[in-house]
Amino acid sequence: MKLPLYFDNNATTPMDPRVLEAMLPYFTEKFGNSASRNHAFGWAAEEGVDYAREQVAQLIGANEKEIIFTSGATEGDNLGIKGVFEMYQDKGNHIITCVTEHKAVLDTCKHLEKLGAQVTYLPVKEDGLLDLALLEAAMTPQTILVCIMYGNNEIGVIQPVKEIAAIAHKHGALFMTDATQTVGKIPVNVDADGIDLMAFTAHKMYGPKGVGALYVRRKNPRVKVTAQLDGGGHERGMRSGTLNVAGIVGFGKACEICRLEMDKDAKRLSALRDKLQSGLTVLEESYVNGNVANRLPHTANISFKYVEGEGLMMAMKDLAVSSGSACTSASLEPSYVLKSLGLSDDLAHSSIRFGLGRFTTEEEVDFAIEQTKRAVNHLRELSPLWEMFKEGIDLDKVEWVEH
Amino acid sequence: MAYSDKVIDHYTNPRNVGTLDKSKNNVGTGLVGAPECGDVMRLQIEVDSNNVITDAKFKTFGCGSAIASSSLATEWLKGKSIDDAITIDNMDIVEELALPPVKIHCSVLAEDAIKAAINDYRVKNGLAPIESEKSHH
Repeated sequence: MKLPLYFDNNATTPMDPRVLEAMLPYFTEKFGNSASRNHAFGWAAEEGVDYAREQVAQLIGANEKEIIFTSGATEGDNLGIKGVFEMYQDKGNHIITCVTEHKAVLDTCKHLEKLGAQVTYLPVKEDGLLDLALLEAAMTPQTILVCIMYGNNEIGVIQPVKEIAAIAHKHGALFMTDATQTVGKIPVNVDADGIDLMAFTAHKMYGPKGVGALYVRRKNPRVKVTAQLDGGGHERGMRSGTLNVAGIVGFGKACEICRLEMDKDAKRLSALRDKLQSGLTVLEESYVNGNVANRLPHTANISFKYVEGEGLMMAMKDLAVSSGSACTSASLEPSYVLKSLGLSDDLAHSSIRFGLGRFTTEEEVDFAIEQTKRAVNHLRELSPLWEMFKEGIDLDKVEWVEH
Repeated sequence: MAYSDKVIDHYTNPRNVGTLDKSKNNVGTGLVGAPECGDVMRLQIEVDSNNVITDAKFKTFGCGSAIASSSLATEWLKGKSIDDAITIDNMDIVEELALPPVKIHCSVLAEDAIKAAINDYRVKNGLAPIESEKSHH
């Protein structure tokens, strides 16, 4: 076992060696521009891209013509939301999204508000799931787009996408989902799920960074987005720019591997995740954040009350994890996702996200349980809050001197 | 962001962790910060009849820099007179621990905790609390 251990697979994943192998020829021998139509170098690159497009489409049950390659999920989110807003302006200006979305969605919506969009940010229930009645009530004749993420990056909660899509469609709106954490982890099928647009990326599924895709439905209904980059008219005019051929080939291979191995990986990872979770929740005052029944198989977000996340991560020095603690960000605000579950700020500060992945072993999970437990116990020895809790003092009644 | 060696040292081997009897007249307790903000420091001093701090203890809920700042503060407090202790400035802590700008608030909290502990001791012993001449807020 080589330390430190990587438990931050929601941030990014290591590339599968099989993906790297598929990519390598496209840096040197097959280096052509896939848009060069008149020579063998271009054809070789184009062939690589075409094959990858099929591999990507197959993973999500789409047609290859519905795949628009992008630089990643942030670009996909931007292109999908801004592109729909511009394209469907005559129909309406109302967009519905939700408070636990990634910033790539939230900040894009905020940007569009300045350009005349009306945006509804739906709250979530305590378990992180959307309240469908609230969505239904928020729909108006002006609603052009409902954009709700598939699986949440911080807590792993999976939204009832099918039901959300049905509500959007009933009111004549399109349904878009940010499936960055979900595609390749659990089965996603754009037809069965009723998805009109979907952003996802290679580097969360053992592919390279800097490449992703926006799925744009071509039939029932035919969806169009206004391009956000002007230029050579690549990707059916929706995304200009010379294609990242090697990246796209790697993305395709990563999708193929996920399609073939996802079931096995998901089963193994959810068992390991559950082992990790039950090994850690034996600690007093530890809480799992988010709905545990509808959750990505590789994610566990746990708050250890009375210890602060960044301090805790420092004691878990052989584990790479992430925390909803304020101290991990420049803003000094704890995670907005955890706060929107109704978690108090102190519990949000005390959270650790464990993201398992294809290469996580049981031995590593056992090690993580032991080191985390030791770290929590060590920091509780240092924590005045833990001492007060043990003395039976109600911390909510203490008058704190904020600074 | 990497931590300085001194922060890691204080974090890994914190000095003077513990609790003094806050009911005793010669013990001053400062409890500053708030759980919602992600840091709470409790700093305690024990003072002898010559106004010298003979013992100091802390417990801190917070990040590594907050723990290191309070650990360092207890180390500096021991053996100092109350008059010297009150002059400890947060920037001394920043310098000693090489704290980056985003962690300066940890040192401010440690200075606040020192002043709060001293004032608790003073009030217990019939003295007026010392007003802080500068405000960090």
